[in-house]
Amino acid sequence: MHLLAQAAEPIPVPRVDWRAIAPELALATAGAVLLLVVAFRPGARRGLLAGLTLAGLAVAAGLTAWNWDLARVAFDGAVSLDGITRYARLVLLAVGALATLMAAQDGGRGDPEEEAPPEVFPLLLFALTGMVLLAAASDLLVVFIALEILSLSLYVMAGATRRMAAQEAAMKYFLLGAFSSAFLLYGIALCYGATGTTNLLGIARASVDPTGDGTLLLAGIGLLAVGFCFKVAAVPFHMWTPDVYQGAPTPVTAFMAAGTKAAGFAVFLRVFAGALGGMVVSWRPVIAAVAVVTMLVGAALAVVQSDLKRMLAYSSISHAGYLLVGLAAAATVPAGVSASMFYLLAYAFMVMGAFMVVQYASRLGPPDPEPGGSGERSNLDDYRGFARRHPWVGALLAVFMLALTGIPPLSGFWAKYYVFLAGINAGLTWLVVVAVISSVISAFFYLRVLVVAYLQEPVGDTEPVAGRAPALGVALGLAGVLTIAIGLAPEVLVTAARTAERILG
Amino acid sequence: MLLTAALFAPLAGAVLVAAVPASRPALVRWLALAASLVALALAVALAVRFRAGEAGFQLGTAADWVPSFGVRYRVGVDGVSLPLVLLTTVLAPLAIAGSWRSADRPRGYLALLLVLETAMLGVFVSLDLFLFYVFWEAVLVPAYFLIGSYGGQRRVYAAVKFFVYTLLGGLLMLVGIIALFYLHQKATGTPSFDYDALRDLDKAPTTQRWLFAAFFAAFAIKTPVWPFHTWLPDAYTEAPTTTTVLLAGVMSKLGVYGFLRFSLPLFPDAARDLQPLLLTLAVIGILYCALVAAVQRDFKTLVAYSSVSHLGFIVLGVFALNVQGLQGGVFYMVAHGLLIGGLFFVTGMLEERRGTRRIDDFGGLQQSAPRMAGVMLVITLGAVALPGLVGFVGEFLTLLGAFLANRAFAVLAAVGVILGAVYLLWAYQRMWHGALEREENRAVGDLTGREWAILAPLVAAIVVLGLFPQPLLERVEPSAERVVEHTRQTSP
Repeated sequence: MHLLAQAAEPIPVPRVDWRAIAPELALATAGAVLLLVVAFRPGARRGLLAGLTLAGLAVAAGLTAWNWDLARVAFDGAVSLDGITRYARLVLLAVGALATLMAAQDGGRGDPEEEAPPEVFPLLLFALTGMVLLAAASDLLVVFIALEILSLSLYVMAGATRRMAAQEAAMKYFLLGAFSSAFLLYGIALCYGATGTTNLLGIARASVDPTGDGTLLLAGIGLLAVGFCFKVAAVPFHMWTPDVYQGAPTPVTAFMAAGTKAAGFAVFLRVFAGALGGMVVSWRPVIAAVAVVTMLVGAALAVVQSDLKRMLAYSSISHAGYLLVGLAAAATVPAGVSASMFYLLAYAFMVMGAFMVVQYASRLGPPDPEPGGSGERSNLDDYRGFARRHPWVGALLAVFMLALTGIPPLSGFWAKYYVFLAGINAGLTWLVVVAVISSVISAFFYLRVLVVAYLQEPVGDTEPVAGRAPALGVALGLAGVLTIAIGLAPEVLVTAARTAERILG
Repeated sequence: MLLTAALFAPLAGAVLVAAVPASRPALVRWLALAASLVALALAVALAVRFRAGEAGFQLGTAADWVPSFGVRYRVGVDGVSLPLVLLTTVLAPLAIAGSWRSADRPRGYLALLLVLETAMLGVFVSLDLFLFYVFWEAVLVPAYFLIGSYGGQRRVYAAVKFFVYTLLGGLLMLVGIIALFYLHQKATGTPSFDYDALRDLDKAPTTQRWLFAAFFAAFAIKTPVWPFHTWLPDAYTEAPTTTTVLLAGVMSKLGVYGFLRFSLPLFPDAARDLQPLLLTLAVIGILYCALVAAVQRDFKTLVAYSSVSHLGFIVLGVFALNVQGLQGGVFYMVAHGLLIGGLFFVTGMLEERRGTRRIDDFGGLQQSAPRMAGVMLVITLGAVALPGLVGFVGEFLTLLGAFLANRAFAVLAAVGVILGAVYLLWAYQRMWHGALEREENRAVGDLTGREWAILAPLVAAIVVLGLFPQPLLERVEPSAERVVEHTRQTSP
């Protein structure tokens, strides 16, 4: 009787705040439109699809600009519009645009096996919807839904080409990703059990309530951390990264590397530095320890790689470690949040740029004869004397590698600097020293790429030929210019990141 | 503005050079030379407008760069940095002229040389610690490509070793700089990397030691101070000779300059406490590297070790912590740049003619190339500190400073002077004197017009500064006195 009476009551429906989620809606709509175009016009040219995707992104960007000064919690606290949200939107839309340009570029060798099918464009938009929503989510259920939207799209995208390597990567990513989703869901359940709510604001209140069930909440936090660490590729949950990054088609890898990391860290920051900020003493040692192993293991394993994509995967693990330093600092020092957000922005352009160079090189010369191979030229030996034959792309490769190393005055330097500064401000000087050591180790493998590309003689006498690559060229130019420009004049974006420091909800 | 123009003129030249099609090497060479000469002209104008009696920074500019981080663009020169700016701008056009004949991708090479020039000038004139760090690390990139892409057989090994070693030092210094910034912000509430502000900040002696150690890592590796010198023989030997001129002539001064400009005034207590250690390292460096130089068969490696040995005197002078030592140190930096630059230039000219650098392959060159032998004699005698030449003034003043600070070190270092004379003159004797036994050496031609144009300014400077050191010393003195003054301050 009691239950029936409760059921008869109408479930409270939160007021729908269209404006708050306008960019997400635009992205989802654009994705649906593109899906229809692909379904009914199977022969549509890539250029058209890419143009439509970019148009969708432009609309979303316009709406983001319209919402720029909006600071509120919508849908009864399920979505929050704060600095993190809008900065992440900025990063993610830029990442989406660059990934679209990369995907728009044909393989240059006329081999349909190597080219991603047209469905990759709508999937990209859906994945982006999930990422943007994830960055705005302030309810653990929304977090989970957003994470699934982005993950499911990415699983398919990873296997977009018919090559064995891509199929294998997609399978691996799916299995391990599903595993991590389960962890996350279990963590959400435990948090709910401990606090009676999935809303971050409610959890924040409950976490500092001395009468609550501390042990259960701690277990929940631990599982949440495991789920997030999987997504951002932190050690020891990084095992999928090298295989998936190497196997997936390069545009998808670039999109994953920059986009998933940005969205993942945005939510990581909001949940840990925001909602669980009151429990910082409990989780900081764990995050700091994970940061140490992530930085060192990522850098150390990258040194021994002979495949550029794989090396970039390990390097991305080590960069996740630097971001974890920012996260560890973020709960007590607001600069930790802005430093991490700025890092994500700078990192997005440099890492995508590096993958663009891989894509550029993959278009040259004959296809990979290996049947199980990825069809791409990502072995370091393929880059012997690369800069002599392609001086401009070679110069960009140097820019990206030096930026990833953190050499001033490139964007990666300021990013690292900002995170180190936040770490020292939070009293984590020892962690910053470890980060410095890891940076020096990382110099070895970034330099190795430059050694191969610049200092070794090219193999073969003939210049490998490929068709023109206008879309990829534009993407490369943009990534390069941004990496240099952010390095020379970081002020605007740093100031913007500063406004991300106040976490709502 | 004048200083900023001088600082960025080479960089602008590099951009122009890179924009020229690679098929026009002649235009590339003239453009590069013109850019470096513009920088030289601006530096000379700077020297003319420099007011000699003043100790503080002059002719500076300041502007905001990244206000959020408190990073400013602030440059200026004083008596310590002005001579080094001049040295850099003099050696750069000579190095460009020296690589005139090189056919190996001249566009990239010259653009990188110009970028290196701007980066090194930036280190000397930055008065914001962050800006200083940016230039400090920026030096690595062109130097890495110059060694690694244009060097000799083991160039890749040498380049990577150089890069990683110096990067390690640089990053440790960055941690030190951030810590200083943090201390300043805690004490005053304002974010700033300004040199004067950070210098005037009170630092506890223990803090000073840690910070001194962080900066020491960068400076000691870059100089290099024994035992951090192991990257240097590889880098100097493998680099193309005109790059080595800039590396040995100018880049080696960055570290010593760092000691002088930052380590001493910023951390005076630590500098005084650690003085014996630094003096010991300097003396070991002088003696050890002199002995190692003596047994080299490759003349370029010999000069490389002799460079480290002589740098020991500069470190000795700087850490004497008195006016004589500091003044001598700065003077010797200039002298060392001219002398080592000259030695490497002649090495390069010989290598161009004979395709070898082994001392044993030469002999009796005086007969086939008498003018070159004469020029080389002047440079060698300058390097062994013959009175009347530039090396003597520097060596004398640094030894005087060391003597006033601690006699034992001065006596030991003086043994290094003798060793230096032994190995340099012995090498000279084996290469230039004696009978022309090898057929190939008969055909060695004398100096060409271009080579005269390179060596004549160096020889002139070596003689003139040796005979009339006063105008330079006068300009250094007030600034050196100020550094000593800061070094004497005790923290509360």
